[in-house]
Amino acid sequence: MNALSSLIVVFILAAVAWVGGEVVSLHPAFGIVVPALAGVVFVVGFAVRVVGWARVPVPFRIPTTCGQQRSLSWIKSGWLESPWTRTGVVARMALEVLLFRSLFRGTVAAITTEPVSDGHGSQDPAPGPARLVFGEQKWLWLAALAFHWSFLFVVLRHLRFFVEPTPGWVGVLGAIDGFFQVGAPAVYLTDVVLLAALAYLLIRRLTDAQVRFISLFQDYFALYLLVGLVTTGVLMRYFVRPDIIAIKQLTLGLVTLAPAVPTGVSPLFFVHLFLLSVLVAYFPFSKLVHMAGVFLSPTRNLANTNRMRRHVNPWNYPVKVHTYEEWEDEFRDKMKAAGLPVEKV
Amino acid sequence: MADQTPGPDALAKVDFRPKGKTWLEPHPEFRKGTYCYSAAPKNLTYLGLPNPREWQPFNDDWKLPPDWKTIILDGMRERLDRYRSFRLFMDICVRCGACADKCHFYLGSGDPKNMPVLRAELIRSVYRRYFTPAGRIFGAVVGARDLTEDVLKEWFYYFYQCTECRRCSVFCPYGIDTAEITMIGRELLTLVGCNINWVIEPVANCFRTGNHLGIQPHGFKDSIDFAVDELEEITGIRVEAPINRKGADVLFVMPSADYFGTPHYYTLLGYLMLFHEIGLDYTLSAYASEGGNFGLFTSHEMIKRLNAKVYAEARRLGVKWIIGGECGHMWRVLHQYMDTMNGPADFLQVPVSPITGTRFEHAASTRMVHICEFTADLIRHGRLNLDPSRNDHWNVTFHDSCNPSRAMGLLEEPRYIIRNVCKAFHEMPEDTIREKTFCCGSGSGLGTDENLEMRLRGGFPRANAVRHVRDKHGVNLLACICAIDKATLPPLLEYWAPGVDVAGVHELLGNALVMRGERERTTDLRGEPLTAREEASAHA
Repeated sequence: MNALSSLIVVFILAAVAWVGGEVVSLHPAFGIVVPALAGVVFVVGFAVRVVGWARVPVPFRIPTTCGQQRSLSWIKSGWLESPWTRTGVVARMALEVLLFRSLFRGTVAAITTEPVSDGHGSQDPAPGPARLVFGEQKWLWLAALAFHWSFLFVVLRHLRFFVEPTPGWVGVLGAIDGFFQVGAPAVYLTDVVLLAALAYLLIRRLTDAQVRFISLFQDYFALYLLVGLVTTGVLMRYFVRPDIIAIKQLTLGLVTLAPAVPTGVSPLFFVHLFLLSVLVAYFPFSKLVHMAGVFLSPTRNLANTNRMRRHVNPWNYPVKVHTYEEWEDEFRDKMKAAGLPVEKV
Repeated sequence: MADQTPGPDALAKVDFRPKGKTWLEPHPEFRKGTYCYSAAPKNLTYLGLPNPREWQPFNDDWKLPPDWKTIILDGMRERLDRYRSFRLFMDICVRCGACADKCHFYLGSGDPKNMPVLRAELIRSVYRRYFTPAGRIFGAVVGARDLTEDVLKEWFYYFYQCTECRRCSVFCPYGIDTAEITMIGRELLTLVGCNINWVIEPVANCFRTGNHLGIQPHGFKDSIDFAVDELEEITGIRVEAPINRKGADVLFVMPSADYFGTPHYYTLLGYLMLFHEIGLDYTLSAYASEGGNFGLFTSHEMIKRLNAKVYAEARRLGVKWIIGGECGHMWRVLHQYMDTMNGPADFLQVPVSPITGTRFEHAASTRMVHICEFTADLIRHGRLNLDPSRNDHWNVTFHDSCNPSRAMGLLEEPRYIIRNVCKAFHEMPEDTIREKTFCCGSGSGLGTDENLEMRLRGGFPRANAVRHVRDKHGVNLLACICAIDKATLPPLLEYWAPGVDVAGVHELLGNALVMRGERERTTDLRGEPLTAREEASAHA
């Protein structure tokens, strides 16, 4: 249901944009107003979100330690997995953000009654007791990593539409990306990887019973939006070449705040631009803000210096405790009888 | 109770296919054996907690206060402004499902709402509905739910079906920690008087007498005296175990189970022998006679209220620093909360071992050292005379208790001790130890008998790994450093992996410790003849 309704919504969005691209009088709205608004919503929304989190205190040190603490000098401590220095924390976060370290840890657990091996090659044919077995599970990690990195590459490659003259390194990126040249124009590796990774993530969400059960409308929506965005981009690059000069005029106009709507921009481009605008505007209000949130996660970005240094809770307040005096008052006679020392005789 | 519990083969048949189309519709169903009874009114009243009344989770009417919804939503708002963890974890989950099969309750029950992601969604859906624009406008379409009584009941069911073990947070790409969410969820439930007795009664006892079991000072002394007598029988040595003695160097705080339950009790014997042997100038306290802190399972405020007595007593007795015994949640509190809540401990000194001169720099601020850190240092410096052969009847594996491993990073110290006090040690499989350790299934106050089926289900992954080393290496003892483990793992293993006993690390140390002037030991600390056990294991 969620999978279908979100798909329909994305199709409607694409159709709206197509119409906007077909009807010339709507070009200023779809070429300038919508992208500009989306940009503003993104910047403001993103800032509000991050500032909103950052203003909430982290009252307690709660790092999840995934390695040996720093304690006795002769015990090798896990500077990366249980960091106690800033360098350690930065390295831990870098691994988290750049390589998805925690996701990499992932295993898959299953219950089996397979016969237990006797360790000599031959097997007892009788089923064993029900037991848990663990297997490697790297596909999710691989697909997530492939998706994020190739998406970053694609975004950077698009700089050539937003900067004039195109910086040299953007060209180099494109050259590397197009290294495996197949015909002309060069097929970008990242385009292929991006589509494959998205396909994996989508198929996993649709076919894995547990993941489908936890998936909400917005989980599919983000994926379909991205698939639509990438598909229209790929179509324009390899199959229905649009007027690049006109597009660059439009995009440059947007970023230099000198809006211009050139003629000859195809409706397909308007679909691409509109889906991007929706994604960008949707970003701050959705789970996609994990991009910023990951940096603020207190279980990952704090050093395990809990007992080494004092950490202050800004809203710490006094609480009702049972003082020693009250306690002794209640038990004094029994304590005296038992020969325990008391404060008041 | 036990009679109604299905056998291991039946219980292990878990169906992981989610039933129904959506989780949004709350279906709270309190099936016997899978939930804990409500907190008795007298305990709530004693602590000054809201809405004390007679009720049970299986009742239709929970007798909530008339403005319960406002109380919960106001409580949520307050906590969203106080805990970045809570606010952030409400916002950034992408529902990738990496956490799903990391939870022992999910693995043991197959209930989809035990997937950490869905457990969090139970509260996230309400957050969306009342605190986000999308949820306000689109409602159920974007996974937002009205806060209804059924939703609240579902919170109760599943937040008391989470042991706050943090295993899922190890695997989450954003470090989302379900323990944080569960803790806040339980705080909110506490605001309207929906708690479980197995948590609130220990809290009330601890507040009043100083310990969970409600043992009064003279009873505490009796217990310790009994241990001293028993030690004399075993070793021929009469140790000192001073209580409330002013001017000692060190205050020793342990979980109360250590002086009242088995097999914890043998660990206490180990501590007492160790302190005597090295001549430590220490004292116990009847006021701070509990290190464990069931406040952690109630609210942050309650953690602070119970924990306060440790520093207060250290100050009153004028000790220099503190050692803490083998206890899981106790150490989560001592390591992550104590200094912030009840510090600064500037009236204490940075801990220095009087025996080895080691300065415990990593405890420079809290001034409290874990007994395993202290003992490992002694062994490293060759200050203990150890005879590991006295543990020859044990073939040992080690269970990393969730909190010392995932909240402290205390992994090597207990292993170092074990390797020095016994000869046969085998690790459980890689995916089930250290930071990936599996919970006993009964932590965070769920270790009560009415909850037995859920405990057995939740403990299955742990027990399964124990069974593996039992079958492969002949392991017959699971060592651990947590009082809840010691209480709840024996019945768990009896059910899933019979033939494996449970012990504290300092019990093994006590067995191996050769004390000056001791007579030849004929029994281990459990009073079992050493020779008979050796013969038994030789014949096995």
